[in-house]
Amino acid sequence: MSEITKQSLTELVESIKNKKLSSSEVTKAFIERSEKSKVLNAFITEDFTSALDKAKKFDQKPNLDLKLPGIPMAVKDLFCTKNVKTTAGSKILNNFVPTYESTVTENIWSEGAILLGKLNCDEFAMGSSNETSFFGNVQNPIDKNLVPGGSSGGSASAVAGQLTPITIGTDTGGSIRQPASFTGTVGLKPTYGSCSRYGIVAFASSLDQAGPMAQNVKDCALLQEVISSFDAKDSTSIDFKRSHYSKDLTNNIKGKKIGIPKEYRVDGMPKEIEDLWQKGIEYVRDCGAEIINISLPHTSYALPTYYIVAPAEASSNLARYDGVKYGYRANGENLIDMYEKTRSEGFGAEVQRRIMIGTYVLSSGYYDAYYLKAQKVRRLIKNDFDEAYKKVDAILTPSTPSSAFKIGEKTNDPVSMYLNDIFTVPVNLAGLPGISIPAGHDAKGYPLGLQIIGKAFDEQNILNIAFAMEEKINFKNKITDWWIK
Amino acid sequence: MSIDLKTIKHISKLSRISVDEQRAKKLVGDLNSIFDFIEKLNELKTENVKPLTSIAETTLKLRSDEVQSKNIREQIIKNSPQDNEDYFVVPKVIE
Repeated sequence: MSEITKQSLTELVESIKNKKLSSSEVTKAFIERSEKSKVLNAFITEDFTSALDKAKKFDQKPNLDLKLPGIPMAVKDLFCTKNVKTTAGSKILNNFVPTYESTVTENIWSEGAILLGKLNCDEFAMGSSNETSFFGNVQNPIDKNLVPGGSSGGSASAVAGQLTPITIGTDTGGSIRQPASFTGTVGLKPTYGSCSRYGIVAFASSLDQAGPMAQNVKDCALLQEVISSFDAKDSTSIDFKRSHYSKDLTNNIKGKKIGIPKEYRVDGMPKEIEDLWQKGIEYVRDCGAEIINISLPHTSYALPTYYIVAPAEASSNLARYDGVKYGYRANGENLIDMYEKTRSEGFGAEVQRRIMIGTYVLSSGYYDAYYLKAQKVRRLIKNDFDEAYKKVDAILTPSTPSSAFKIGEKTNDPVSMYLNDIFTVPVNLAGLPGISIPAGHDAKGYPLGLQIIGKAFDEQNILNIAFAMEEKINFKNKITDWWIK
Repeated sequence: MSIDLKTIKHISKLSRISVDEQRAKKLVGDLNSIFDFIEKLNELKTENVKPLTSIAETTLKLRSDEVQSKNIREQIIKNSPQDNEDYFVVPKVIE
């Protein structure tokens, strides 16, 4: 059985299409492994019985023309799933059962995949270590008491630990790419407007994007092909010609111009990250690409900008949680008292902190000094990328300034936690696609990732570069199954 | 610029999140360290920069206003924290 969960998504699709494996066999294998992996705490809600039923039904009348025929898949608990509890990692949504399906998950099920369950994440996707979840920490399969990153921590842990062949996360400031980097997996944040935000619990609407998290680049391309679609239900969804990302995947990147931004060489960056980056540069050069030094002068302003824009949008989006129509409600002496107690008891500390930052920067007298200022700097950051893309086709950077850290190591200092996203946040502010691929290990044997940033709507190009690099890097994740007794 | 206890209490009111004295004191420290970090933006001159309000600069598309989800009243009411067959129930607002 365990051999099944070792297969990549592409291999599993092949096996089911060739009738070497049935959907039931595959689904059972992932459920059995998940049952033995409770220590990882990757799931918030398991939907195993229903998954087995669906697999059985699929096998009775298999449609093998679909892209994900009978493939079981768990998804981040930020995607609304019809009739299956959706919590966003929060106490305030602990009993919320959506009456509708998110477009992204709808796309996945209509290609034949089967829901295994809902994966743990930081509360409302606010966090970089999965430690803000109401449902507890997630363990990184790489080592005991190591964070999997966040906010898509359960998703990253589940893919690396082989509890699901592939998954989807969401990325507002690095929430797909940072956990992918911490767990030795591949994570793609698509261009803003590429994947519909309909039915995704909103955090910061001008930054949020859903994207695939996978064991390898090819799997990632296949899922991107499935989830990326124009959707009238999302007013920011963009109608552009989407590639057949997996079919058009090529390792031929000869002549591509790859930019290396000098501002990403930040103070205090560990030598192993610098070395990894250099190695990455060698790999793309070996593939026949050309390296060009570039400058993104406003890089160091990206995080401060993000910590105005994202909390501002969050404070507005999260105003809907008032204990009236759904979710948790605390008792209060009157309506206002009920609101205030509900939100105080229902939201965790980090979410409260961000709502309060957002409320403050939008409040009377401070709007211009903070929010408007941040929107202006956001323009400057986007302009930096526009300038750079006159000279290069893509940009190569490290994914994170360090490898995964221990649970509890950074919880007392919000700013040091925020610094995790220093290389990923600019990409969200500019609305660009970015992919993190595993590229090496640090001294402790923990994985390290490299990020490739593309032009808007140029997912195919960064997938190709990632595919070519993956072949050269030949990364092997060091997972010992320490949590399985 | 520094955020004091009075400001925290004001923001907590605006946010409709009640905080006790102890949490309010902790928030003073947290928010000040975050705003120290944010102040870096003041190094930049931005008088002539147009604010970026939307990354996808497209015009909003129109679609016909048709009901797509039907007969889900019961399911929606079921999600409400206080059970009632017909309404959402809140604490009394009129004396």
